Amino acid sequence: MEKIAVTSEGPTLDDALDPRFGRAAGFILVDPQTLQFQYLDNGASQARAQGAGIQAAEVIVRSGAKALLTGYVGPKAFTALQAAGIQVAQNLDNMTVRQAVERFKTGQVQWAAVPNRMGHGR
Amino acid sequence: MKVAIASGKGGTGKTTVSAALISVWNRPVTAVDLDVEAPNLHLFLKPRIVGYEKADIEVPVADESKCTHCRACADLCQFKAISVLGNVLLIFPEMCHGCGGCLAVCPEKALSPGRRELGEIRWGNAGRAGFLMGVSRIGEAMSPPLMRAVKSKLQILLQAQPADVVIDAPPGVSCPAVNAVMDADVIVLVTEPTPFGLYDLQLAREAFLPLDKPMGVVINRAGVGDDDVYGFCRSVHLPIWTEIPYDRQIAAAYSQSRIVADVSAHLKAGFMELADKIRQAAGVTGEVCLA
Repeated sequence: MEKIAVTSEGPTLDDALDPRFGRAAGFILVDPQTLQFQYLDNGASQARAQGAGIQAAEVIVRSGAKALLTGYVGPKAFTALQAAGIQVAQNLDNMTVRQAVERFKTGQVQWAAVPNRMGHGR
Repeated sequence: MKVAIASGKGGTGKTTVSAALISVWNRPVTAVDLDVEAPNLHLFLKPRIVGYEKADIEVPVADESKCTHCRACADLCQFKAISVLGNVLLIFPEMCHGCGGCLAVCPEKALSPGRRELGEIRWGNAGRAGFLMGVSRIGEAMSPPLMRAVKSKLQILLQAQPADVVIDAPPGVSCPAVNAVMDADVIVLVTEPTPFGLYDLQLAREAFLPLDKPMGVVINRAGVGDDDVYGFCRSVHLPIWTEIPYDRQIAAAYSQSRIVADVSAHLKAGFMELADKIRQAAGVTGEVCLA
């Protein structure tokens, strides 16, 4: 099974999903079947004045994830994720990483065709 | 000599002071509006524009057929303007600062120079004063590259016609503000006697202090707020060069895009005194700016 990435406020499946993509605290890279996971810190993107979304997209691409579950993705990050063929589910919030993965497994996430933010978190 | 009219806080009266100073400057002078994101000095000086040109910046353009996705460009770029995602080379021209590094490091010569428009430079004269301004393209996120283009044009204008320079700077204390004051001989900090005015004056002084240039303060709307700005200036030995009173007549003149030095003889005298103090601070006795 291919792995998926979920933006997370912390290093476990029971941490809150971080609705921000580019400036997420980190990413949980998880196998949805076995729930084996690893945590990827996103501190380097958080520290950037500009280009956080692009850098975060680079992290996701390097991780080998085939899909991303998150809240809000800006236009440049979305372009970057799309270019690498990563599917993106947006508008997830107020849930744990584990709950987001459950939604994915039961087919309750929608894959986005366009970004839902204007950039700079707006 | 060059003087930059700056402030931490926006709306304190930089343009009001710049226009008034130009009107009383008794030597050859050129007015430069470097607040390229929101230029407004022209509203007061009403210059006759005699020339304009577009300014742009070099950004990379890719020949995908030559790219081997080696990441040399992406690893070099500090602004994420160029990235390699899997087998795709992506360029975000709006993020590019125009350093040219990606073109230099590409081993396959897959990148060539393209252009991104920054905005427009306009010049002319306002009465006996020279006039120059930059206008950022709507949507352009960076102002320092356009400001540098305006300053290059200033050098050309000064070579043709030597003059002192009064720079109307953008507000704040980040890159645009620093870019506007860094070449000045003297920095005037315009503030108001309010908590916001004081706080941002402190930031501006702190930001510009390492430039090691003479600085003085103009207090606008004197009479509102409290005395804390005065106390701060005393405590750090920042001279107060003039005050502009909080006065309905001045607000009315401003609203009609009139120069406030023309409101009364008293105000005019205040700006002439400011001009003298600026020249004393610059240590200038006679020479005008020869670029």
